[in-house]
Amino acid sequence: MTLVRPDDELSLVDLLDRLLAGGVMITGDITISLADVDLVHVSLRALISSVQTLLEPGSADA
Amino acid sequence: MTPGTLTYLYAVRTATGPGASSVPGVDGERPRLVVEGELAAVVGSVDASRFDEEALARDLEDLGRLESLARAHHAVVAEAARTQPTAPIRLATLYRDDDAVRHLLTDRAAEFTAILERIEGRWEWGVKAYVKPTTRPEEHEAGSPSTSDRPGTSYLLRRRADRDRGERERERARTAADDLHRTLRTHAAAGRLFPLQDARLSGRSEEMVLNATYLVDAGKEDGFRSAVDSADGAAVELTGPWPPFSFASLEST
Repeated sequence: MTLVRPDDELSLVDLLDRLLAGGVMITGDITISLADVDLVHVSLRALISSVQTLLEPGSADA
Repeated sequence: MTPGTLTYLYAVRTATGPGASSVPGVDGERPRLVVEGELAAVVGSVDASRFDEEALARDLEDLGRLESLARAHHAVVAEAARTQPTAPIRLATLYRDDDAVRHLLTDRAAEFTAILERIEGRWEWGVKAYVKPTTRPEEHEAGSPSTSDRPGTSYLLRRRADRDRGERERERARTAADDLHRTLRTHAAAGRLFPLQDARLSGRSEEMVLNATYLVDAGKEDGFRSAVDSADGAAVELTGPWPPFSFASLEST
């Protein structure tokens, strides 16, 4: 078993699993039109495309 | 409230205990408390031009900006959670001013109190399990049917054997992941499953078979960790302790 502490080098995707889908959901005064689903969608799309871009050169085994 | 600022809400905690935060917030500001009755909101004053609807929508599309926002939000919530029962608030929740936050604390006092009672003395622990990718063909060539006079058939048979073996291995891995989740759930107050992460995101060559998170009593962490250690046939990664982001609601899990 490997133990990773959030204070250490936290994987961004683990963080986003929690921060984008967790926490008490309240409608604030600034209504960010990204409702949950949109937020997760938008963010993960950004994440995945960014990771893909990073991997593309020489990603023989992807 | 200074004109041109908004109140960013990080968390709601009990009002007793330390006041100020020593870690910088999402806009580099120093987070502070807005107290109302027995509850305290951990808030920060942020620049309205950087945190209005339009700016936020743009930032959340930018991975680098999203990352710094997420890390700062987590750091402030984690600091509060170290000393007080703390209910994390969803990323990017903003109010016009402190008064609006006071109203929130008053209006939803019962709900926040119930959430704080549920998570008091408990932390969130993430568990991810991985299995090796399915066996490569050359590793079991010796056991393949010998039809050297018909190389094409031999190749197809081997391909089919590989496919069947791969399917069996995946099935076994899925069963192992289900078993691990069931076992861990008995050591936790609650548990939730996240979608499995793509190998490109997890940064590991093995295939992820479990991505779960658990709310664990501080006094039961040893038992929980032993259960994680006893996982069979999979590489397991434990992350934590996290503030209870995934359990800051009243829905039962």
